[in-house]
Amino acid sequence: MEHPILFLVQLFDLIGLGDFAHHYPHVIYSWFVMLVLIVFGLVATRAISIIPTKWQSVFEVVIGGMEEFTVDITGEEGRRFFPILATVFLYIFVCNFIGLIPGLLPPTANLNTTLSCAIPVFIMTHVIGVMTHGAKYIKQFTGPIWWLAPLMIVLESIGHLARIMSLSIRLFGNMMGKELVLSILFMLAGAFFAPLPMLVLGLLVCFIQAFVFYLLSTMYFTLALEEAH
Amino acid sequence: MFKKLSFSTLGSAFLLFALSTVAYAAGDEMAISALKYFTVSVFAAGFAIALAAFGCGLGMGTAVKSAVEGIARNPESSGKVTVTMLIGLALIEALCIYTLVIALILIYAHPYSEPISKLFAVH
Repeated sequence: MEHPILFLVQLFDLIGLGDFAHHYPHVIYSWFVMLVLIVFGLVATRAISIIPTKWQSVFEVVIGGMEEFTVDITGEEGRRFFPILATVFLYIFVCNFIGLIPGLLPPTANLNTTLSCAIPVFIMTHVIGVMTHGAKYIKQFTGPIWWLAPLMIVLESIGHLARIMSLSIRLFGNMMGKELVLSILFMLAGAFFAPLPMLVLGLLVCFIQAFVFYLLSTMYFTLALEEAH
Repeated sequence: MFKKLSFSTLGSAFLLFALSTVAYAAGDEMAISALKYFTVSVFAAGFAIALAAFGCGLGMGTAVKSAVEGIARNPESSGKVTVTMLIGLALIEALCIYTLVIALILIYAHPYSEPISKLFAVH
């Protein structure tokens, strides 16, 4: 299974940083995704007017829809945490999506990228909890019966730490699995149409995995915001 | 049933020793034990994925069954029911993906991976 040909890595080869590019292609592609998102954002907000232009209306639909969906789940006080959720969704969606273009590699096919998306969400959950409840946030970990509190704290902590693992490994496994199956199909069947069903499934999986990550993050924020039972 | 089971264990033991003759021929101590470890862990990885896919198939089938029944009962709610079903399917599929990651670790990233890759990199 030979090394795939990646355009940006070849570009870096030309510049002379080829060694770095060959070892860390996912870092270079995540820079590329950041560039794409920043350029889209700048283009969309260049001249905001009441009568929207083409780009602005596209982004209004996307961001407005996501905001309504988020506030649906978290309630009205979750509106100020919408930016991190929308960033996570758009970043992961574009990251997954560029994997479908030949010559580009999805950065989320590497565990480091997905961990880097899951850990800030986890930290933000606790920041939100402490911001909303203050020191009484610990009551969410102790459960209803007071003399079971030490056991409940341990169990709840393990559950919280498992959230990081589940978020990151779910996304990584989906993207890595898709890459593996595509490369094995290329190796085995070789013709142009053999990996086509996997690519169609990959299109669905890209969107669904980004959406599930975003939805789970929203639900974790909701759980941190609500009153303890 | 017992005949099939004993046949498969005999077959796997045969495979184990057949593969280690490659290492015995090379005469390398480390490679012999590495190859035995590798054979067993590849075997385990195959069974792990099979069992996980079985369980996830049952779970997802139940989810789709309930979703289709809900839509049949109330066709107007088909949008919400479909979205909820897709989210549920993604979460159930994640369990199979965890098993896939463990199986990949067993095949590619186990402690004996250097001797094994040296052994298989002859061609």
